[in-house]
Amino acid sequence: MRSIEKSLDKFSEVGIRPVAISVDSSEVSRDLAQKAGYTFPILSDPNVEVIRRYDLVHAGAGENRHDIARPAEFLLDSSGTVRWVNLTENYWVRARPEQILEVSKLLK
Amino acid sequence: MTARRLNWPLWVGFLLTLAAFFTYFAVFVQFPVTRDFPWANLVLFLIAGLLLFLGIRKGFASDRPHPTRSKIITSIVGLLSLVVFAFFVFVIFVAARWLPASTGAPHVGQRAPEFTLSDTTGKQVSLNELLSSPINGSAPKGVLLVFYRGYW
Repeated sequence: MRSIEKSLDKFSEVGIRPVAISVDSSEVSRDLAQKAGYTFPILSDPNVEVIRRYDLVHAGAGENRHDIARPAEFLLDSSGTVRWVNLTENYWVRARPEQILEVSKLLK
Repeated sequence: MTARRLNWPLWVGFLLTLAAFFTYFAVFVQFPVTRDFPWANLVLFLIAGLLLFLGIRKGFASDRPHPTRSKIITSIVGLLSLVVFAFFVFVIFVAARWLPASTGAPHVGQRAPEFTLSDTTGKQVSLNELLSSPINGSAPKGVLLVFYRGYW
């Protein structure tokens, strides 16, 4: 998310809106955005509904064995169709902005 | 010569081992080049390992002022360093792979499931709005959904 914020201008240039989603409450996300300086939308899914709809539930991986989301990135075109997916197999390895920007250029 | 001699390679090696562990989470995780593969930290561990090797040889040498004490301390420090390194490998290469397969996640070409969630101000935002409200005055070409574990 840090690297996405750094590349936010480039994302805006190609017309891509990054949106982050987690189980965090609006308050926790607001604190995070303030502390880290994130300016893109951060959405809360405390009941794991959307995360479940996207089959991204990491069961019991959160505090007190709460369900949370596994890391994942989806690039959607303007019709809402998935054009690129990254389901990382290692928590520390994430999609790089350059990679996503490259794919974004192919969107109409 | 009975003056106390500090086994500096041992202690520097130990401190560097701790630094090699913590700097990943404090520093190197911020940069994709040093995060995706922790080579910077592995280099630090390697240097620490060399120092520890020298320190352990020194600690077990017969010319130490207190040979038994030296051997015990050297063994403990060496073992602790090994545990720190093993824990690093476990966290970065083993536990990090314990992620669900997510075979039912939307595939390329599929329509992303619609949703409405609240943003940081508590306002309800739908995927449709995200896909249609303008960026810098023009219609967006797309949306990048980033799911993350969160901080609870």
